[in-house]
Amino acid sequence: MAWETVMGLEVHVELATKSKIFCSCTTEFGGEPNTHCCPVCTGMPGTLPVANRQVVNYAMKAGIALNCEITRYNKFDRKNYFYPDLPKAYQISQLYLPICRNGRVPIETETGVKKEIRIHEIHMEEDAGKLIHDDFNDVTKCDYNRCGVPLIEIVSEPDFRSAEEVIAYLTKLKSTLEYLGVSDCKMQEGSMRADVNLSVRQVGAEEFGTRTEMKNLNSFKAIAKAINYETKRQIDVLERGGRVIQETRRWDDNKDKSYAMRSKENAQDYRYFPEPDIPPIEIDDQWYSDIKNSLPELADAKKIRYMEQYNLPEYDADMITSQKALADFFEATTDICNNPKEVSNWIMGELMRKLSDEAVEAKDMKLTPASLAKLIELVEKKTINRNKAKEIFGVAFKEELDVEKYVKDNNLEQVSDEGMVLDIVKKVIASNQKAVDDYNSGNKKAIGFLMGQCMKELKGKGDPGVVNKLLSSELNNQ
Amino acid sequence: MEITRDMVEYVAELSRLKISEAEEESVRRGLGEIIGYMDILNNIDTEGVEAMSHAFAVKNVLRDDVVKQSADRSELLANAPVSDDEAFIVPKTVE
Repeated sequence: MAWETVMGLEVHVELATKSKIFCSCTTEFGGEPNTHCCPVCTGMPGTLPVANRQVVNYAMKAGIALNCEITRYNKFDRKNYFYPDLPKAYQISQLYLPICRNGRVPIETETGVKKEIRIHEIHMEEDAGKLIHDDFNDVTKCDYNRCGVPLIEIVSEPDFRSAEEVIAYLTKLKSTLEYLGVSDCKMQEGSMRADVNLSVRQVGAEEFGTRTEMKNLNSFKAIAKAINYETKRQIDVLERGGRVIQETRRWDDNKDKSYAMRSKENAQDYRYFPEPDIPPIEIDDQWYSDIKNSLPELADAKKIRYMEQYNLPEYDADMITSQKALADFFEATTDICNNPKEVSNWIMGELMRKLSDEAVEAKDMKLTPASLAKLIELVEKKTINRNKAKEIFGVAFKEELDVEKYVKDNNLEQVSDEGMVLDIVKKVIASNQKAVDDYNSGNKKAIGFLMGQCMKELKGKGDPGVVNKLLSSELNNQ
Repeated sequence: MEITRDMVEYVAELSRLKISEAEEESVRRGLGEIIGYMDILNNIDTEGVEAMSHAFAVKNVLRDDVVKQSADRSELLANAPVSDDEAFIVPKTVE
């Protein structure tokens, strides 16, 4: 029997505002427990929340970039639930009139499958606090620093059929929201969180199967693993003649398993009603067009421009524009050295390797456009050779570096002086008779070894062109 | 709509309120009066009147995105029935 997986995503994204959604406390990550709090966000009686204009701006930006219709007349609603992460015992959210509806996100998977994911809605709401369970004293400690940090929840239609599609969509969302500057989308810090609703059905079936919701997915890798695990679990249940139970499951990334969360019987009765503390928010034409006109160039448009303006290959343009930090780095470096092809080559080669080896995100790296531009210039002017440039790159990746000074201080200038190189070449030939014999007897590869020896003598600083030229002529003129 | 004892128990459970059996009847009657008033409102003809979410004709009450000093932690924690130096403390609650 052939099965098909059907998924929809609920993605929560913390907005990058400076202050919280309904009070003026900072949204800064971390901080001592309950030091980013005030009477409003700790739910003290008699306080009045006032909405942050920037939250509306950011939600609108996200909606416009994801091809949504923007709701001009917005209201907030109260979602009631009693749990200590929420001191008011309700969350201010949007149920009836979410700010964005009916969006579309074009995606392309790693294997080249193109499709469009429909967005059902995007609504604004407030984040909850953090609970720390103290097993020793059998109590729960509440830290409300995150309470009231603005969120948008992006709800997709059930349009996903594979983990690859989900990853492609999340990558696109992350990139778009980073370009817009509305969120830093750090999954590890929880500023982007995805819940996956998943069901299976036989291929060709019209009806959806019973779905489960998976939470606690903290990385793209965990999401892919959790999807494959849950698909297999549901198929197993059904093939044994059982029924899938609608439930919320928690992914345990250490054990590669998901578990049904103990859900209390009445947990889903949120008794929504219109939020009386927040008056309606009406977005007029002027406000809407101000936001629409403030949208920056996004990845897809940038990619096409890089291919046309800088002649970058599609693959390179795609990789560089997939992250705002890389695109910004590319443009800033190119502005300085005016050599887009070389900048792209360094990013695609050395930089990508470093980022992945050191597990650093592009937006957190220390490397500056000035350092890379200088390296490219010094290689171009033959002040240093490419191997030395790569070594220096390694240093500049870790700390801010005055490249020119570093080259001088460490005496790394390329040796191109023919007299000096010739002395070394002669010395190497004289002391490596075996390799020279090999070369003379037709093993032309032996020149590689001799070349290496010359470079070693030159402390890696030889101009490879000059060394190669002199070595070849010396060997052939013996 | 008639409010039953079961409904009182259900709502109390959702709100984590402990209502003694002695209180239950008076809560039932009180809720019944409130909901009964809604029945009166439901009888009013609102054909063609748009639903309103707010009693006053105000809109767009918004603030600029500016951070202000948060409150003093010890003051925030002062009224909590149980707390330590840094956090509100509640009975252990695991979902």
